[in-house]
Amino acid sequence: MVAPAALRVVRCGGRAMHGARAVFSVGARFLLCASGDFVKMYSVATEELVQLLRGHSDLVTGVQLAPHNRLQLYSSSLDGTIKLWDFTDGILIKTFTVGYQLLALYALPSSEDSVFVIIPKSGERDTFQLVSVKLTKAAGQDMEAKELSVVLEGVDASPKCTAFGREGEYVASVKDVNLQVYFFKQKQLNRFSLRATNKKGGNNVFTCVACHPQEDCIATGHADGKIRLWRNFNHKKEYTFSTLHWHHDKVLDLAFSLEGTSLLSGGVESVLVQWHCGSDCKRDFLPRLGSAIEYVSISSDGTFYCTSHTDNRITIINSNLRFSKTIQGLIKARDVKTGLVVDPRTKALVLNGEPGHLQFYCLQSDKQLYSLDIVQQEYIHQAGLNQSDLVRVAFSAQGKWLATVEEREETDLELQLKLWFFDEETQSFKLNTRISMPHEDHITAMCFRDTDEMEDDSLMLVTTGRDCVFKVWVILEDTDPEAQQSLSWSCDFVGSYHSYQATNCCFSEDGSLLAVSFEETVTVWDSSTWDLKCTFCHPPGKIRFMCT
Amino acid sequence: MGEFEVHRVRFFGLVPAGVRCMAYQHNGRRLALARTDGAVEVYNFAANYYMEKAIPGHQTRSVEALCWAAGERLFGAGLSGDITEYDLERLRPARAVDGFGGPIWSMAANNDGTRLAIGCEDGSVKLFQVVPGGGVQFEKNLDRQKGRVLCLSWHPSGTHLAAGSIDFIRVLDVHSGRTAQRIMVNCHVPKSKKRECVVWSIAFLSSGTVISSDSFGRVQFWDWERGTLQDSHTVSSSAALSLAVSEKEDSIVVGTSAGATYQFQLLPVKAGGQEKRWVRTKPFQHHTHDVRAVVHTPTALISGGLDAQLVIRPLMEKVQKKGYDAALRKFTLPHRRLVSCARKARLLLFQFSQHLELWRLGSTNKTGKDGETLPLSRMPEHLLQLKSKGPEHIYCSCVSPCGSWIAYSTASRFHLYRVQHEGDSISVKKVPGVPKLLLPAYQLQCASDSGRLFIASDRGSVHVVQLLEPGGCKHLHTLRPPAGTREAVYLLASSADGNWLAAVSGDWEVHVYSLKHFKHHCTVPTYSCAVTALAIHPTTNNLFISYSDQQLFEFSIPEKQYTAWSRAVQNSGLHKLWLERDSPITHIAFNPKNTSQVLLHDVYMLCVLDKSLPCPQPLPDDSAVLVNQSTLKQLSEPARRRQLHAFKICKKFQPLLFADLLDERCLVTVERPALDISAQLPPPVQQKKFGT
Repeated sequence: MVAPAALRVVRCGGRAMHGARAVFSVGARFLLCASGDFVKMYSVATEELVQLLRGHSDLVTGVQLAPHNRLQLYSSSLDGTIKLWDFTDGILIKTFTVGYQLLALYALPSSEDSVFVIIPKSGERDTFQLVSVKLTKAAGQDMEAKELSVVLEGVDASPKCTAFGREGEYVASVKDVNLQVYFFKQKQLNRFSLRATNKKGGNNVFTCVACHPQEDCIATGHADGKIRLWRNFNHKKEYTFSTLHWHHDKVLDLAFSLEGTSLLSGGVESVLVQWHCGSDCKRDFLPRLGSAIEYVSISSDGTFYCTSHTDNRITIINSNLRFSKTIQGLIKARDVKTGLVVDPRTKALVLNGEPGHLQFYCLQSDKQLYSLDIVQQEYIHQAGLNQSDLVRVAFSAQGKWLATVEEREETDLELQLKLWFFDEETQSFKLNTRISMPHEDHITAMCFRDTDEMEDDSLMLVTTGRDCVFKVWVILEDTDPEAQQSLSWSCDFVGSYHSYQATNCCFSEDGSLLAVSFEETVTVWDSSTWDLKCTFCHPPGKIRFMCT
Repeated sequence: MGEFEVHRVRFFGLVPAGVRCMAYQHNGRRLALARTDGAVEVYNFAANYYMEKAIPGHQTRSVEALCWAAGERLFGAGLSGDITEYDLERLRPARAVDGFGGPIWSMAANNDGTRLAIGCEDGSVKLFQVVPGGGVQFEKNLDRQKGRVLCLSWHPSGTHLAAGSIDFIRVLDVHSGRTAQRIMVNCHVPKSKKRECVVWSIAFLSSGTVISSDSFGRVQFWDWERGTLQDSHTVSSSAALSLAVSEKEDSIVVGTSAGATYQFQLLPVKAGGQEKRWVRTKPFQHHTHDVRAVVHTPTALISGGLDAQLVIRPLMEKVQKKGYDAALRKFTLPHRRLVSCARKARLLLFQFSQHLELWRLGSTNKTGKDGETLPLSRMPEHLLQLKSKGPEHIYCSCVSPCGSWIAYSTASRFHLYRVQHEGDSISVKKVPGVPKLLLPAYQLQCASDSGRLFIASDRGSVHVVQLLEPGGCKHLHTLRPPAGTREAVYLLASSADGNWLAAVSGDWEVHVYSLKHFKHHCTVPTYSCAVTALAIHPTTNNLFISYSDQQLFEFSIPEKQYTAWSRAVQNSGLHKLWLERDSPITHIAFNPKNTSQVLLHDVYMLCVLDKSLPCPQPLPDDSAVLVNQSTLKQLSEPARRRQLHAFKICKKFQPLLFADLLDERCLVTVERPALDISAQLPPPVQQKKFGT
């Protein structure tokens, strides 16, 4: 007998891809992004995963192309190391151990042998500093990089809040309502601060910063949706800024185009805005990007833009603001109410995705296969709004039918049971029946009768509810020839037991018996006559789960 | 401070006229401003932005352009086709010369102020020489092209002129008179979309850049020699109406018809680099309507709009220290008294630009607690409307304390009316045979017994006219300052006993005359600021003077020196918050029962100054607050006693045009709420606002 090995957890996918700004390789053939402990390389043309760079033992926080060899890549991680990769071949070249948690990484062409990282200040909680790390050129795989010199104190931990100016002449960093600019050559530090709130109730807190690639101009994003363009900031007093305002909420990231003629901004509106020449009047939009834009980056030749979204998606956009490609990872829904369900047809994992959607996630390729809109209502991005949410999902044995339950809780409960039919032609689910208020209270469980026959008339769905009943739903064939569809679902039987709440349901393997649990009691019913066969009492507590 | 029954008057329907154009004189720090009704005002920035001179308007004399030339001479031009020089000492148009080019839309003076260029309706640009000593003389016509010339700007060297018309800009050579360049501002627009593009304003920089603002809301920068567009910024979806350049030519300000003003700055593209670019930096939204005029001073942006507001927005980075000059200033109401009050008869006389209104105050027979609104037993009554004949606007007006005499003056006529009250009916009779005096009168004041009328006139003189029952008058005497002056008298104050008269002329000299002997009595020591109000105390005969830098002085007329209280105040200094107030005190009144109480008011507050209490000490750290009455009331008794000070300020009534004590228990305030003014203006340009 083999001794049981220690349990080993392998993280294989589903990690957030918006941990750091994604980077395009030279020529914009590949897109490199941090995803959990890995760096993933996707092909821009096919959106397929090409390379997986594994080696870090904690979250990757920064990805930067090596400034002097564009086929190499630096990555930083919370594990305190900077790794240099040959990303086309997926080879780890060097590991530099810094010894601090690295929160952001910046590599500049002007500083040949050092990179900039943000590390926590030792001894103080929640204070961070920007330091430059000297990377020794000596041979060998593992290096110690202990030569740190502090550039700026009191910076924000987010990589968006620090940016380097044209040719690395200065660095700008924002925190709360303060902007600090450090000029490397002059060794001059200028600080500018705004009032926390203005008279009209705006919130002046900085959220992100970007520097013009060729001019002395800094763009900052603010919590009230304003973008300020700072100029003349080498003067402590005669600095000036102009304001661009379109976003109604936080500006989450900013990026200048290659020549600096236009500025890209993104926020929770999930609209990419392109501003031209710093003018308030000329701007272009790419709307309906799905969810809040976390990062914006631009390829080195300026042909592609890339936005990382909070729902674990990367969108590649052409420079004329045409949507090009999307790479969708596992969406982390706010609350996975459906639990984990496997689609029998595609073997994909099915769970809550975007609000009101059901996502089909492929475990093998760590990619979302598709997303099914169940609620079919516009989701409004506003806190404190009760919106319909998907709570229960069940598949029939072959995956031909899908049953979903959505609920919305305002003053009273709104429930909808929807039955979807898999359309072979379009290869997607089509809504067949919509039943509003199938139960008077929350639906607790739902299952199909798993019979091997393909006939529809033997198919059966049981739902249990807190209104103390379980309901059996069957397919009816519509005899009216003018009806749009011949099949529809309707209620066949309503059962109850001593007005206990029905909590779980389950069919026997051959489908002849149905077990329904009512709090502490299991009842067994004959599925052809709906007679109560027997009951089992399970006194110690309520039944949580049941299966055959 | 004692409780008052307050008549809160809100029926003075004054609508100030919109600002049409402005001109700034850098050396004297004076701003000339013309309103749409033709009135011209001069603000003295050195004297805390006080409206130093006011020339009332004229129905047929619109002013489209103003400029300072040859030092301190002010010229205006308008749609009547005349170039007018203003006499700032006698406060009236002095000479007018016909331009012979139809209505004049624009005028500009060259840098040394020796030549004026005018742009006319017929498309001609004409040059006039400024003649030393007075007037202008036609010099020559420049090349004429069809299309009215809406704006003009001289090249700082004086060799070229830029002229903006509809759809094009011309650059004219002054020497040869030829058109050196013609730039079509609209050539980039496809033909199908072509609309008329009006170049509203233009500026010519010494580098050869011509800046234009047009009706498409664009600010464009042109190279005049090549006629090419260098840069274009769209600032507004509606028109960009006005434009002004700083003296250093590194900053411009643009006013738009949406009420916003924008600043553009010439900034280096890279630190230390030579290349510079115009960048739109700060937007300001202070106006609700068209911003027709903007001025760029070294430290501030000044804008004037059709909503009658004059806004002075200091540039923080140019102001050396925080203080009076670093605050945003808005002027809507004139710094003049337009209301006169007949205390005994409880009448108010309102002065409009071309008519007068006489109202009787309402009354109540109820009493109530502090802060209560009492029901009226008799509503305020509009007794009389006197329309002035002719196109001239009214300079000044007054009603006698008994309410039976009304006098007003226009530029060329003086009118005196006898008002007879018989029960509820009222009859007005013009007094015949008013003495032929030198006109206009700049201020009218009735003696407290209504027996005499004092008429302020030019060259520092004051005429004394006796009012005779039942309706006649007689010129008694003309008082003149001993040294003589060229400036007109603009403020008068007479004592209650009828013995003294104080007069302030435009050079800020305060002369006191004895009315018993019709003799000059004394002169108040000169102070370097404009007098904004003065009054003589009814019992002590002390002259109370407020200056535009918010200083207060009390001068004893019998002793010919400042009183001890005044010296004490000057020694300790006034509180910082008092000194940093925006608007000047425009009226002073006294409590007849309590000799130590003085009532002062400006636009935003009413103050009862109790001379018996200590003045608030200006602390070295300036942290002490000038606590006003409503906060004082909430304090505990010992804290209140500690905070007690001489200035009892009430900010309940705003904006305040006039406040006076009818008797020791009764106060009248005349307010003009800003909302009421804006309700009478035409609707502004529609702007989409987020969330509406």
